[in-house]
Amino acid sequence: MGFDPDIAQTRFGYGLSPKVAGPADVAEMMAFLRAQEVQMPRFPFPSDAEMREKMLALLNARRKISKAEKGSDAQQALQKAYKAARRASKQEGAKWIGATLARRVWSRDALRERLVAFWNDHFSAPGKNVIYRYTEPAYVANAIRPHVGGRFEDMLIAAVLHPQMLHFLDQNNSVGPNSSIAKKRPQKNLGLNENLAREILELHTLGVGGGYTQEDVRQLAELLTGVTTIQKEGTAYLSKRAEPGAETILGKDYGTRRARMSDVHAVLRDLARHPDTARHIARKLAVHFVSDTPDEDLLVSMGARYLETDGDLAEVIEAMLRHPAAWAAVGNGAGNFKQPELFVSSALRALAVPKIQLREVKSHQLERLLGTPLRTMGQPWRRPFGPDGFEEGDTHWLTAQGMAARLQWALGVPAEVLDALPDPRDFVQTTLGTSAPASARFAAEAAENRREGIALVLMSPAFQRV
Amino acid sequence: MNKTVMDRRGFLGRGLAVGCSLAASPLMTPVSFAATGGENRLVVIILRGGLDGLDLLQPDVAALKLMRPTLAARAPSGMELSEGMMLHAAAKPLWPMWQAGELAFVQGVSTPYRNKRSHFDGQDLLEAGTTQLPSGAARDGWLNRMLQHMPNSQMTTAYAVGADPMLLSQGAADVETWSPDVGFVLSSQGARLLEMTMERDPAMAQAMQKAMALAGEGGGGVLEMADSSMMMDELETMMDAQMSPQGRGRAGAHLRVAEFAAEQLRDAARVACFSIGGWDTHAAQSRTLKAPLKHLSDSLLALKAGVGEKVWARTTVLAMTEFGRTVAENGTKGTDHGTGGMMVMAGGAIRGQTVHGRLAGLEEVDLFQGRDLMPTDDVRRYAAWAIRESFGLDRSALETVVFPGMKLGDAPGLLA
Repeated sequence: MGFDPDIAQTRFGYGLSPKVAGPADVAEMMAFLRAQEVQMPRFPFPSDAEMREKMLALLNARRKISKAEKGSDAQQALQKAYKAARRASKQEGAKWIGATLARRVWSRDALRERLVAFWNDHFSAPGKNVIYRYTEPAYVANAIRPHVGGRFEDMLIAAVLHPQMLHFLDQNNSVGPNSSIAKKRPQKNLGLNENLAREILELHTLGVGGGYTQEDVRQLAELLTGVTTIQKEGTAYLSKRAEPGAETILGKDYGTRRARMSDVHAVLRDLARHPDTARHIARKLAVHFVSDTPDEDLLVSMGARYLETDGDLAEVIEAMLRHPAAWAAVGNGAGNFKQPELFVSSALRALAVPKIQLREVKSHQLERLLGTPLRTMGQPWRRPFGPDGFEEGDTHWLTAQGMAARLQWALGVPAEVLDALPDPRDFVQTTLGTSAPASARFAAEAAENRREGIALVLMSPAFQRV
Repeated sequence: MNKTVMDRRGFLGRGLAVGCSLAASPLMTPVSFAATGGENRLVVIILRGGLDGLDLLQPDVAALKLMRPTLAARAPSGMELSEGMMLHAAAKPLWPMWQAGELAFVQGVSTPYRNKRSHFDGQDLLEAGTTQLPSGAARDGWLNRMLQHMPNSQMTTAYAVGADPMLLSQGAADVETWSPDVGFVLSSQGARLLEMTMERDPAMAQAMQKAMALAGEGGGGVLEMADSSMMMDELETMMDAQMSPQGRGRAGAHLRVAEFAAEQLRDAARVACFSIGGWDTHAAQSRTLKAPLKHLSDSLLALKAGVGEKVWARTTVLAMTEFGRTVAENGTKGTDHGTGGMMVMAGGAIRGQTVHGRLAGLEEVDLFQGRDLMPTDDVRRYAAWAIRESFGLDRSALETVVFPGMKLGDAPGLLA
């Protein structure tokens, strides 16, 4: 077993496209991943600073309403303006989802897009209110995306210290109980919130089985206390919020001098290079991309590469792609069952939905074509239940409701997003490739109409298993 | 639809289309079910968004009228429950249920959630049933933990282990999920071909077969078509309806959820949960509260009608919300996120015509943080008693596992 041009696209990309060529070999996949990426400028996202301005504009519009005289004409005008701004931000959010889909559908470097989705899920930080739901795409673009071919520690620092994560895991409420700010305002009962510290250890780095204790969680929470968000500036370190004194995490002392951000970076880099983190990350990648029960030797070689390179993620991915177990054939029930987001995205790629249509999608269309269907399939767009992201296990997705929702989507949506459906006999070829099973070819040919023919190909195990 | 035919024939064997319905309304989430021993039924409805208990059941208190110049000034509905407590006019369909002794309320209750007033966290805590917000990978819901302590709890054989977007029912116990809003129209030829492509993938074939059976049972019914051209016409009509913007979330989406739940409860299921949204009435509450109240009323009536008299007599419904709303009305004639709230109970098994719990004072000094109704009791205690009286769970399981950190206290006498 080794490189297979179809598996390279289905398992490590968003599937086959009738218009975009797949990679020729592992070297080409890696060359794409290591190169400066080309998709970002084509489908731009706001920088963190731009996003902050947009967010502040919305917040200010809301504040002005409450300051205006109740029931006055001026207040009504402000309310109207705010509503219009909210509508515009909703449409902007739809545009960003459209851009994300456009990349998945049209990029030659589809592995990068898969990795962005994977790490987005690993560092899940869905907004808990309207404002932060609006800003989430910028978090992914700025904290996750630049690092998927880089070093894990850089992504870790960018993600867990991003205002999006500080909001999601309540870091902005965490104050050192003996900090100067807590002592000044004893009536406020300011104190620690361990949420971020716990998830960094349990989910982001060492893993739930990793070698840490509740005391490590508390100490890390204390070390993190200075970290907070300033609305106009983003992430900041405020020593008046920081718990005084040194903290000991996994037996090492941090913050022995005065409190500062560099100590936080130092502990995150140490956690990133920890052997438990190497194991955790290697397993999670292998489970996500290859199999729920990954080959032991694959895990060992990925984990070893991680440690040798201090968490160079491109190297870890290459170790995976160079391993024969990564190319195990699908069929007869073998292979990972696609998660809903991958199912839908890869179907759009197989249909080669025009860029312009994806880029200019309206929010109500998006809700109908993607939002509601994904919710029904069990995977609302980038809104997992908790910080642990979506389930990896196939059994979680292989349900009656999930299958019904996929069939509903496959029968309805393709005809809506394309002017004309392709001939199912061609579609089965361009979508399932040279290894299209006879049953799928037969179904495509024998279908009563194009709509069902397309749906049958998309519902076939050959499409849904990777 | 005849299920045994379906089971025997695998996928649809004859010329018929599984008909149905529209994409799920954003207000609704899929229903989940579990079958257990015993004959009693428990239904939990999560009211997402924060129900304003003080509006659903308006007390005759001068302070309230001062703080709610428009909301408390509306004409009395004429449905007085007790001591001047007036039921909201939009809940009128529930009046006969109250009179029949099948409706009750618990006032002044809340989860342990305080200060932050976030829907997200508030619902998490309500569904987790814990004192602190659940964190990390160890997240499950109290309904699921309850199932693990019920004798003879088992999967309803007609269902597969499923994805469930409600934290309430997540956890180690198997809980089936299904959304009656999922559906599709497929020709018999298409169904046969689909079955064929999945022949060598038993896991997929099995899930698909169940999907076919459930869509037939719980969707908008099954259309049997003799010839394929007629079916195509029907299909076009349905697809048009599915795909038109007006079609989405059309009236009745919430009803299908309740009807499907009732169908399962009449059969093997003993526990069901679903949610109804739309309670976040920040503006023009006298208008915006009507729709969710109608949805709640419709759902309760549909449950009652759907399970039939015998099962209804053994049914307890708990409708719970993440928090109440501010006592004072805001600048847009609505109310904001508050603390103390209300639980609604229904069912033939309950002691009806009762308003449980104690309402704290509504003067500003009596309010929680000067703005919210002060909670006087833990809503989990009432849920726990409903569970105890329905399924006989012991005190220690309720206090340590189902609702850790909760004190069960004295029986409020919820069931008849």
